[in-house]
Amino acid sequence: MEAGLVTPILVRFSGIQKTYDGEHLVVKHLDLDIKKGEFITLLGPSGSGKTTTLMMLAGFEVPTQGEIYLADRPIKNMPPHKRDIGMVFQNYALFPHLTIEENVAFPLSVRKTSKAETQERVKAALRMIKMETLAQRRPGQLSGGQQQRVALARALVFNPQLVLMDEPLGALDKRLREQMQLEIKQLHETMGITVVYVTHDQSEALTMSDRIAVFNDGIVQQIDRPDALYERPVNSFVANFVGENNVLSGTVETTDKDYCRVLLAAGGTVMARAVNVSGAGAATSLSVRPERVAIVPDGASSDGANRLPAKVQNTIYLGDHALAVLDVAGNTEFMVKLQPGAHDRLRSGESVFISFRPEDCLALDPV
Amino acid sequence: MTAASLTGADVKTNVSLKRRLKRAERARQIKALALVLPLLLFLLFTFAGPIAGMLWHAVDDHEVRQVLPQTVAALAGWDGKDVPDEKAYAALASDIQAARAAGTIAIAAKRLNYAQNGFRTILTSTARNLKAMPEPGTARETLGKINPAWRDRATWTTIRDASGPVTSFYLLGALDLVRNADGAIVAAPPDQAIYRDVFGRTFLISLGVTVLCLVLGFPVAYLLATLPPGRSNLLMIFVLLPFWTSLLVRTCAWIVLLQSKGVVNDSLHWLGIIDEPLRLIYNRFGVCVAMTHVLLPFMILPLYSSMKAISPAYMRAAASLGASPITAFLRIYMPQTLPGIGAGSLLVFILALGYYITPALVGGAADQMISYFIALYTTETANWGLASALGAVLLLATVLLALVYGKLVQGQQVTGGMKN
Repeated sequence: MEAGLVTPILVRFSGIQKTYDGEHLVVKHLDLDIKKGEFITLLGPSGSGKTTTLMMLAGFEVPTQGEIYLADRPIKNMPPHKRDIGMVFQNYALFPHLTIEENVAFPLSVRKTSKAETQERVKAALRMIKMETLAQRRPGQLSGGQQQRVALARALVFNPQLVLMDEPLGALDKRLREQMQLEIKQLHETMGITVVYVTHDQSEALTMSDRIAVFNDGIVQQIDRPDALYERPVNSFVANFVGENNVLSGTVETTDKDYCRVLLAAGGTVMARAVNVSGAGAATSLSVRPERVAIVPDGASSDGANRLPAKVQNTIYLGDHALAVLDVAGNTEFMVKLQPGAHDRLRSGESVFISFRPEDCLALDPV
Repeated sequence: MTAASLTGADVKTNVSLKRRLKRAERARQIKALALVLPLLLFLLFTFAGPIAGMLWHAVDDHEVRQVLPQTVAALAGWDGKDVPDEKAYAALASDIQAARAAGTIAIAAKRLNYAQNGFRTILTSTARNLKAMPEPGTARETLGKINPAWRDRATWTTIRDASGPVTSFYLLGALDLVRNADGAIVAAPPDQAIYRDVFGRTFLISLGVTVLCLVLGFPVAYLLATLPPGRSNLLMIFVLLPFWTSLLVRTCAWIVLLQSKGVVNDSLHWLGIIDEPLRLIYNRFGVCVAMTHVLLPFMILPLYSSMKAISPAYMRAAASLGASPITAFLRIYMPQTLPGIGAGSLLVFILALGYYITPALVGGAADQMISYFIALYTTETANWGLASALGAVLLLATVLLALVYGKLVQGQQVTGGMKN
């Protein structure tokens, strides 16, 4: 990316490994650069090493091998309180014996900031989260969303060079979570801070991030912009983890530059983009997004699109759209996103055909 | 059903709904009461009853009234300025005659002797020498001849002050106060004024033991709360181990350890650190060591439970916000353990206030706490009044402390918040 050439690197993970028990590596190998002002999300299932990575950056865990640089300074052996990194925790971790105001003032008071300046900055921080009127309350008297706002203000009030967020919205309900996502995103944009965000919720990651690092099994699978991650996953894990995905397994028959012909295990051939296949004869998993598939009445292809016979299992009505669950080449949970009003025209057990373009079908590593 | 008809039904059933709720609640309340009733009755008989009895004994004063009823009646109108009139003397002579016949003279003599040393002799010698009822009009002369003390105003004020039915004599005594012959409250003579000293000593030893328990218990509780479960369970067993041995055994173990030919002195001597055995027991040091040992679990357990509730996320949050470990501990961790510190300290302090066996066994004469004197007056001299008064003062101090603690905890609860 061109931007990377001009934007300075704030954090650099270099050859990081981490093990807790001396047998299993939680983080197997990590090289990751985080640019100044960037909102980067570490996305992955639990146990993938994303939280461990965050904890190493915060200073609560020490890498078994490798070095972490913060603004070009190695920080592996620097205690957390000297790193100048703000952190927002999953359960907010607001100090229960202090008022909201005292909580927000805490990072300033341990830095021996003058009284007048502390007062001014705390006020500004509370104004930013629209909670000036609740300054004298205790954390226990606030709702989850309010507590999370205070935690945010507390992590930002001392102008840290980096803010870490460890699944900060995990304890909130869906509507509040979506609202907070936008608020956090807005804060990031207006304040120009660098944010490292950990979540296992892929839609949250897609909504908020400049870049997403997908973790699995202690390895970063792919680091990319949200749209690139969705449109061009490099392997089956990313394709399956980010967004809805249909998988068809088969064997590569022939390859031709960017495309390959794949013989499906259940019979039939499909043209697909060769993304992650070794060559002819290799097993592969095809990935097709539900919204890139159309249901058509007959199997005759005129435009070079792939056509496969399918049987309707049922339809799922979701309000803004509907899904058809099909049986396609042995995959009985093949999802197709339907146009509004189309769902009641399909009957269970009905035989139809599906159509998708070769560029929307990715041949990836076998699952 | 539409919303409108629902509201209508609500209004109609409102009264019976309330009643039904009450009925449902009542059944639940009765069940709850039935569950606690056995304990309630048990406590009533073994706890509330005896305490009420004790408080009554502290002010009860019926002996003189019972043995010398006519004298008490005759003294009711006495102004106390000079010796009473002939009528009182005659009443006393009649009472003594009757009491002698009934064999109850010693009861009154014991009570009066508490108030005035030597009164027992006055009363018994009078009873012995008063062969017959004096002639009318000569009672004063006769009694004065038998014992000149009857010519003394103070002798009569003693009887009057002891005539009951209730008295402040014991309670004042427990605070080293007495009423003089004019009824004014004054300090007791120095040779009898020991209880303030004993109370002071009791509070001082209890405070010292509480501080020692806190200093020793805090790190242990912290370790217990932060160790992984397996190892913390093992440590917890060590903490609770003392509960499995009798108090007496544990106290005697300290005697074995600390006496002049004991394990500690022998070891120190063998190591060449000391030539003469150190005096480690039968003094304040021994009392404090043994009591701290016995009471330590009562400090550790509340501390542990309050520490266990503190999420490690708080310390991490503090560190991420720039607080050094010491700052984080002092400003974030410690304040959250305050309820535990309060509960543990109160528990240890109150238990220590009432300690009896340990100081009695490992303390010297100058280390006996108030319970020793209460036991002494109850079992040896049978001065129930004074024993009860001492107990009542101790109870009052304890209740006051508990109230202060309750206030503090209440304040803490308001300041406390969500525990994650």
